[in-house]
Amino acid sequence: MEVLELARWQFGITTVYHFLMVPLTIGLSVLVAGMQTAWVRTGNERYLRMTKFWGKLLLVNFAMGVVTGIVQEFQFGMTWSAYSRFVGDVFGAPLAMEGLVAFFVESTFLGLWIFGWDRLPKRVHLACAWAFSLATVASAYFILAANSWMQHPVGVEFTDGRPTMNSIWAVLTNNTALAAVPHTIAGAFAVAAAFLVGIAAWRLWRGRHSGDGDRPVWRSSLRLGAFTGVAAFAVLVVSGDMQGKLMFEQQPMKMASAEALCHTEQPASFSILAIGDVRNADCENVKTFTVPALLSFLAHNDFQTEVKGIEDLVGEYQERYGSHYPDDPALGELAGKPIDYVPNLPVTYWGFRIMIGFGALSAATGVLALWLTRQGRIPESRWFPRLALASIATPFVANSAGWIFTEMGRQPFVVVPNPTGVDGVWMFTAQAVSTVSAGEVWASLISLTAVYAALGVVEVFLLVRYVRGGVDAVMPPKPPPGDGDDTENSRDPDDSGDDVLAFAY
Amino acid sequence: MDLATLWFCIIAAFWLGYLFLEGFDFGVGMLLPVLGRDDTERRVMINTIGPVWDGNEVWLIVAGGAMFAAFPAWYAGLFSGVYLPLLAVLLALIGRGVAFEYRGKVDSPRWRRNWDRVIMIGSWVPPFGVGLVLATTVLGLPLDADGDRLGSAFSALRWDTLLGGLAVVGFSLVHGAVFLALKTDGELRHRARALGLRMLPAALVPLLGLTLLVQAREGALWTAVPLVAAPAAAAVAWWRLAEGREGQAFAALGAVIAAAALTLFGALYPDVLPSTLDTADSLTVAGASSSPYTLQVITWVAAFGAPAVLVYQGWTYWVFRRRISTRHIPKAHAPR
Ligand code: HDD
Ligand code: HEM
Ligand code: HEM
Repeated sequence: MEVLELARWQFGITTVYHFLMVPLTIGLSVLVAGMQTAWVRTGNERYLRMTKFWGKLLLVNFAMGVVTGIVQEFQFGMTWSAYSRFVGDVFGAPLAMEGLVAFFVESTFLGLWIFGWDRLPKRVHLACAWAFSLATVASAYFILAANSWMQHPVGVEFTDGRPTMNSIWAVLTNNTALAAVPHTIAGAFAVAAAFLVGIAAWRLWRGRHSGDGDRPVWRSSLRLGAFTGVAAFAVLVVSGDMQGKLMFEQQPMKMASAEALCHTEQPASFSILAIGDVRNADCENVKTFTVPALLSFLAHNDFQTEVKGIEDLVGEYQERYGSHYPDDPALGELAGKPIDYVPNLPVTYWGFRIMIGFGALSAATGVLALWLTRQGRIPESRWFPRLALASIATPFVANSAGWIFTEMGRQPFVVVPNPTGVDGVWMFTAQAVSTVSAGEVWASLISLTAVYAALGVVEVFLLVRYVRGGVDAVMPPKPPPGDGDDTENSRDPDDSGDDVLAFAY
Repeated sequence: MDLATLWFCIIAAFWLGYLFLEGFDFGVGMLLPVLGRDDTERRVMINTIGPVWDGNEVWLIVAGGAMFAAFPAWYAGLFSGVYLPLLAVLLALIGRGVAFEYRGKVDSPRWRRNWDRVIMIGSWVPPFGVGLVLATTVLGLPLDADGDRLGSAFSALRWDTLLGGLAVVGFSLVHGAVFLALKTDGELRHRARALGLRMLPAALVPLLGLTLLVQAREGALWTAVPLVAAPAAAAVAWWRLAEGREGQAFAALGAVIAAAALTLFGALYPDVLPSTLDTADSLTVAGASSSPYTLQVITWVAAFGAPAVLVYQGWTYWVFRRRISTRHIPKAHAPR
C-alpha cells in the first residue's frame, strides 16, 4: 500500500477510536457534575452514591480518552505534514487554544476532583467537577471549529500559495461549526444516556430479589438517562437538519452521495433503504422505500425544489477545481491522473442511514424506559435489561457512522473548497500526506491499532467489573482504627495527621 | 522583539515547563521498582504524582499545539522527521497514562505487577524520546528545500541526538528522586534522598555534555553564561539535598534545566530546525512562522491563558502540598 492509503487508515482508526471515548466522557462528566450538584444541594445520600458510581466509570473511560488524544495532537505533523504546512496559519490557532484553555483546565481540575474529596471544601470540590466537565465541552468546541474550517474554509485570504487567517472571529463562528457543536454535544449526551439506561436497567433487574438497597440509585439513574437520551435525540434531529441544509450549500457532492442521488431530481425523494449496490449508474432502481419530495425539504426547506445529482455535480466540480491532478511527483501514483470527485458511495449512503437509524433506536429505548418506569414503577421483565444493555452500543455506532460519513464524504478533498469563499483555498487529500516512508506509517498503523485493541479490551473488562461491583465497590472504605507510628519528626505541621487519604491510586 | 521571536521564546518556555514538570513524574515512574520495596511504597510513590501528572503532560500537548499554530513548518518538518522516535514516545505515554488509572482497579498482585512494568517502560521511553527530539531540533535534520526530511527513517538517530535522550533521562531520574524526598516521609524519603545524592553527579553529566556540545557547535557568546550557571546550580542542588532541604534542592534542579534550555534554544535561534545538508534550507524563526495576524491572535490567548494556568496549577500543588507516607495509604479497594 502507498503512504497515502496507509496514512488514511491510520488517521481513520486513531480518530474513530478516540471518538469512542470522547462522547462518553463529555456526556458523563456533565451528568456526574449534575449528580454531585444534586447531592450538595439536597444532602441526599442517593445522589452521592450516584456520583461515586458513575464517576468511577467516568474515570475508567477518561483515562483512555486522554491518552488517545495525545496521538491526535501529534499525528498532523507526523503523517500529514504537507497538510499542516498548508493550513497551519488557520488550523493551529484553535488547536493551541484548545490546549491552553481547555486541556489544562480539564486535566488539572480532574486531578483535584479525584484526589480532593477530603482536601477541599464541598463546594470548591463541586466547582472542580464543573470546571473539568465544562472544559470537555470547550475542547469539543475548539476542535470542531478546527474541523469545520476544513469542511468550510472561512476567515482567510490567499497569499503565497497558502491560506492566511484574516479573521479568527470568522473561524470561531463558522456556521458549519455552530451547527456541528450542538449536534456533536447532543451525540455525546446520547451516548452517556444510553450508558446510564443500560447499566441501571441491568442493576435494577439483578437486584430484584436480593432487596438491593441501592434500587433508588438505579432507578434515578435510569430515569435521568432516559430523559437525557430522548432530549438529546430531539436536539440531534434539529441540529442535524441544520447541518444537512448547510452541507447542501457547502458540499453538495457530500449530500448527493449521502443520498446516492445519481441524477438531478425535482422534487427529490428521500430513500430510507436500498437493496443492491448504490454505486450503480442508475442507482434509483435499487432504492426500495422512498419518501417523495422529502429530500428537497431537507436540502432547502421547500418540497418543490431541485436537488443536484452526482452526475451533474461532477461536471461542475471539474470545471471549478480541475479534471486532473497536477503532474507533481509528490502525488505518487495519482500525479497527472483524473480526479475522482465522487466519494465512496456505499460508505456515505449507509453511514448517513446508520447514524440516523441507530440514533433513533437508542432514543426509542429511552422512551421505553420512561414508559416502564412511569409513576414509580420498576420494570420486572427479563427482556428489558437485555435490550437496554445491548442498546448501549447504538449511539456509539451512530456517532462513528456520523464521523465516517462526514470525513469520507468530503473526499477527495481534505480541505474542501468553500463555494462562496476565496479562490485557491482547498487541498486534495492526496497532497496532504507527509513524505515519510511507507514503513514508518505501517509501524504506527500496526502498533497503535494493536495497543488500542488491547486497551479497549481492558477498559471494557474494568467497566464490567465495576458495574458488577455496584455502588459499594466505589464508596470509600471505612478508615481503619488509627495505626502506624511516626518514624521521623517532620517539619511540615500539615503531615502530622494520621488520617488515611480518602482516595489513593 | 517581533512576535515570531516572542513565540519562539514562548515555545521554548513550554518545553522547559514540560521538562521541569513531567521530568519529576517521569523520574518517579522510573524509580518505581528501585525505591518502592513493596506495594504500599509503590502506591505512595504513585500518589505523590497522582493529582498532577496529567496536568504536567498537557505542557507537551501545548508545546506541540503552539508549534503548530506559530510555526507550522517547524511542527510539520520536525514531527514527520522524527516519526519513529515520536511514535515510541506516544505509545509509551498511552500505556503510562492508562497504567496509573488502572493499576489499582483490580486487587491482584499480578495485575499490579504488569501495570508497574507499563509505568516503568512508559516513564523511561518518553524522556529519552523527548530529549532526542529536542536535540534533533537544535542539531538539525537532513532537510530539503521543502522542509522535508531526506534520507532514512533513522536519520534522527545519531550519537549526538542520543546524547540528548540520555540528558533528559538523567535529569528526570535525579529530579524524580529529589521530588520523592520532598513529597514522602519515613523510610522512603531517606532512601530517595540517599539515592538522589548518589546519582546526581553522574546523572547530570549527559545534560551538561549536551549543552557543551551545542555551545561548541552553534553557541553565541551569551549562551555560554548558562553553561556556568548549570553546574553551579547542580552543585547547590546536591548541597541542599545533603542538608535535607529537599525543596531548595528541587528548585535548584529547576535552575539546572532552565539553564540548559536557555543554551539549547539560545544556540538554536534564529533557526528552528537547521538543515544538515544546506544551511539555505534551514527552517528559521522568520521563515517558518505564521502570519502576523495569527501570531497576534495566539498572543492574546496566551497572555490570558498562560498566567491562569500557572495560578491554578500552582494551587493544585498547594492543595496537595502534604507529604505522604505508607500510613496514609488506604487499603486496596477494588470490586471483586
Ligand atoms: C448519536 C449520534 C447521532 C445521531 C442520532 C445523528 N447524528 Fe448526525 N452526526 C453525528 C452524530 C449523530 C456526529 C458523529 O456527531 C457528526 C459527525 C460530525 C459532526 O459534526 O457530527 C454527525 C454529522 C452529521 C452531518 C454531517 C455534517 C458535516 O458534514 O459537517 C449531517 C448532515 C447530520 N449529521 C445530520 C443528521 C440528521 C439529519 C440526524 C437525525 C435525524 C442525525 N444527524 C442524527
Ligand atoms: C474534529 C477534528 C478532526 C479533524 C481536524 C480531522 C481531520 C482529518 C484529517 C486531516 C484526515 C485525513 C485526511 C483524509 O483522509 O481526508 C481525516 C480523515 C478521517 N477522519 Fe477526521 N478529523 C477530525 C475528527 C474526526 C473524528 C472525530 C472522526 C471519527 C470519529 C474522524 C474520522 C475520520 C475518518 C474515518 C477519516 C478517514 C477518511 C478517509 O481517509 O477516507 N475524524 N480527518
Ligand atoms: C483530530 C482532532 C483531535 C485532536 C487533535 C484532539 C486532541 C486531543 C488531546 C491532545 C486530548 C488529550 C487531552 C488531555 O490530555 O487532557 C484529547 C482529549 C479530548 N478530546 Fe480530542 N482531539 C481530536 C478530536 C476530538 C473531537 C472531534 C472531539 C469532540 C467533539 C474531542 C474532544 C475531546 C475531549 C472532550 C477530550 C477530553 C476528554 C477525554 O480525554 O476523553 N476531540 N483530544
